[in-house]
Amino acid sequence: MATLSLRDVRKSFGATQVLHGIELDVADGELVVIVGASGCGKSTLLRIVAGLETATSGQVVINGRDVTELEPADRDIAMVFQNYALYPHMSVFGNMAYGLKIRGMGKAEIEKRVKAAAEILGIGPLLDRKPKQLSGGQRQRVAMGRAIVREPALFLFDEPLSNLDAKLRVQMRAEIRRLQRRLGVTSLFVTHDQVEAMTLGDRLVVMNAGRAAQVAPPMEIFERPADTYVAGFIGSPAMNFIPATLDQGNASARLSDGTLIRFADGPRPGEAGMPLTLGLRPEHVETGDGPDSLPLAVELIEPLGSETVVHGRAASGMAVTARLQGAFSGESLPVRLTPTHLHVFDAETGRRLEP
Amino acid sequence: MQKKVIFKGRLLPLALLAPQLAVTFVFFFWPAGQAIYQSLLREDAFGFSREFVGLENFQEVLSDPSWVNAALNSLVFSGCVAGLALGLALFLAVQADKSLRGATVYRSLLIWPYAVAPAVAAVLWLFLFQPNVGLLGRGLNAIGIAWDYRLNGNQAMILVIIAAAWKQLAYNFIFFLAGLQSIPASVLEAAAIDGARPARRFWTIIFPLLSPTTFFLLVVNLTYAFFETFGIIHALTSGGPAKATETLIYKVYVDGVQNLNLGSSSAQSVILMILVIGLTAIQFRAVEKKVHY
Amino acid sequence: MSSTTLPATARVPAVRDDALLRATRRRLLISRIIAHGALILGVLIVAFPIWMTLVGSTHDAATIGRGDVPLLPGLHATENYATAWNEGGGRTRTTPASIMLWNSLLMAVLIAVGKIAISILSAYAVVFFSFPGRMAAFWAIFITLMLPVEVRIIPTFQVIVDLNLGNTWAGLVIPLIASATATLLFRQFFLTIPDEFVEAAKIDGAGPLRFLKDVVLPLSLTNIAALFVILFIYGWNQYLWPLLIINDRSMETIVVGLSKMIGSGDSQNEWNTIMATAVLALLPPVLVVALMQRWFVRGLTETEK
Repeated sequence: MATLSLRDVRKSFGATQVLHGIELDVADGELVVIVGASGCGKSTLLRIVAGLETATSGQVVINGRDVTELEPADRDIAMVFQNYALYPHMSVFGNMAYGLKIRGMGKAEIEKRVKAAAEILGIGPLLDRKPKQLSGGQRQRVAMGRAIVREPALFLFDEPLSNLDAKLRVQMRAEIRRLQRRLGVTSLFVTHDQVEAMTLGDRLVVMNAGRAAQVAPPMEIFERPADTYVAGFIGSPAMNFIPATLDQGNASARLSDGTLIRFADGPRPGEAGMPLTLGLRPEHVETGDGPDSLPLAVELIEPLGSETVVHGRAASGMAVTARLQGAFSGESLPVRLTPTHLHVFDAETGRRLEP
Repeated sequence: MQKKVIFKGRLLPLALLAPQLAVTFVFFFWPAGQAIYQSLLREDAFGFSREFVGLENFQEVLSDPSWVNAALNSLVFSGCVAGLALGLALFLAVQADKSLRGATVYRSLLIWPYAVAPAVAAVLWLFLFQPNVGLLGRGLNAIGIAWDYRLNGNQAMILVIIAAAWKQLAYNFIFFLAGLQSIPASVLEAAAIDGARPARRFWTIIFPLLSPTTFFLLVVNLTYAFFETFGIIHALTSGGPAKATETLIYKVYVDGVQNLNLGSSSAQSVILMILVIGLTAIQFRAVEKKVHY
Repeated sequence: MSSTTLPATARVPAVRDDALLRATRRRLLISRIIAHGALILGVLIVAFPIWMTLVGSTHDAATIGRGDVPLLPGLHATENYATAWNEGGGRTRTTPASIMLWNSLLMAVLIAVGKIAISILSAYAVVFFSFPGRMAAFWAIFITLMLPVEVRIIPTFQVIVDLNLGNTWAGLVIPLIASATATLLFRQFFLTIPDEFVEAAKIDGAGPLRFLKDVVLPLSLTNIAALFVILFIYGWNQYLWPLLIINDRSMETIVVGLSKMIGSGDSQNEWNTIMATAVLALLPPVLVVALMQRWFVRGLTETEK
């Protein structure tokens, strides 16, 4: 098995720089998910690891070998493509056996490996079919099978689930996770879907405009997002952002309507009066009347069954989204911006301010 | 085959179809019928009397050594033209499909001979290979090869093959390039990751996926070499020397226009029609069977 | 750039396999060299005959007749082209190139426009109407696809003689404008026009001819342009048919006229004026292709597949 290291990987297409120095170390057997909006450079990064693109500068190290300039064939990797990229003129067996044949493996061994992989993926009866005779889910499995039989050092997944319908996507997601655990292959998985990222990854790389905004395990990203981009990207509905300034000897934030919120976990570094962005997830917005409660004029109610998302606006014009247990109806909703779950960011740089 | 929402009327659509149908009937069905009819008749030398001779004309044509010679010439000629023009065009298209600096310039420079008329192509190559005047013709003689395509049948054949293949190169190149560009990039990337080097990728992935294009082009090239190269042969060698470059279509022209042997040339035309229909049928079968990847 | 927690993996120093790296770089380099080399060679093969023709058209007849064609252009371009343009090329001085060019242009445009016009009308009838004999008409047109004009040349020639159309523009052009290819292309394109357009036209009270003029033709413009390029070249390059039909020198087309100048390829011919005529003969279609390259490639790959 193998490790992967990216050292200061940069990539420019002409004058446009799409990757600004990516650093990443993936441990043996780890599944790292690269997540970000479209155009953030996540696919380019994966293609650089695969050897389908060449980094403008920086290093790609697989299992201690510098493979930066090597061809894909010399990298010992396998990749699952978004559109599966099956060989249309070959049978399922042919698709899975192709890479093994090229490596000069014997017929019997090829047969054994393909059969075993087909068994694992439940596509044993399909081995003689052509790709166009398969459903989307089956093609997906064949693409996985083609990667598995090779027993590569590194698995690369380029949004492999995005062409499946919602139900199948959830099912395949779980299956990929189980498979990856079982085989213990180091994996890099690219997606734009934050739920996929959170459920699959040992660690996530949240990409923003060609930079890794944060590299951390899913829960840490959720609980301590490194900046406002990550905070807004991960979590649904998205985190509420409230402009404020640093006040009371850095121990409180003052909202635009004058309300003071005292940080529960201690003062933040910075100059007095420094502009802040406060973040509060909708599920952490508490409701109920009280001295410090803020009446919201309800603008939109989204019932989700077990819970309800309420979009409202405070008298100051500030928009707040709250996620409530159970059903809700009404014209107004009193909420409290509880300091215990408050995230504090520097409004200028967007970076998280720790106590 | 047809739209759900349509206009009503009978006269208008017939009026719209009339020009096309008129031309088709007058210049297609009538002459084709004439050809079949005449191929069954024999006319005396002065055109005074005709008699019905059944398939005798066909028998005569097929057993005529000069027709067999023309058929063999056609086979050699079209086989060489198709092979040369297809092979070279495919090789060039594969190179031009790589992400190279200046690839679009190469592409533009390679496609325009399509516009050159076969007869003009013949003149260009004649000027190069004319034994006393042509640069290459003189060059060959200078290095000791007795080059004169006007005397040597094989050399004449080589020259018409070169001119015909040169002219067809651009057409094949355009189609091969379009075919290559329609192969999904990700499939080739998957093959690269599976460890296939370029040569192997070509033979195991690109070439099989290109086979519908190749087959289509093969039929087009054969049709081209059989029929549309009349101008090249006429301008370059006039079928000579000693009928060494006389192809089937050229022989139809010679027998029909120069020797005025209508029965025989009609029979030859009918044979050619059957040949073309056969080729076209094969092509349609292939198009129908063509796998839509 | 940032990472809040660095992973547990210790940083392994990267090993570089220099031999493999060199081999990879060499492969890449060789592949590039082969590609450029092959393409340059291809371009040369394509361009060389035309270059030599250009060169030949700029020297005097004596230089070429001696067999001393240089590789670079000479100084006699003006007089050669003037002779070819005003008097004709070769020793036989058939017809001045100016007249032949005009004839070729007329023939090519008439064939292209004629083919497009009758194809649009018949495709429109077949697609947008339902009438008895629709399929029969479609197949009658479709079958013409199979027989190139060269195959039915003798009987068609007889028809022209019977109709007394020899040496006329009608006789030259009309037999060539029946085209199944263009009809099929337009039919295919018309089938992609949404039914809603027809419905909307009906609701607006537009009749079929108005719909053709206001909706179908404007939508077909790019197809028409693409097809025009292909058909113009097809028309310009016609050889056997004009050779048979036209005896009148004033109606000679340049492609046929050029080959007549050559005769039997005698070295004592006036090669300079012949080459000037050749350049004039290939210039118009080559220009059309060069200037309308995108349409041309599209038109070609779409009509024939």
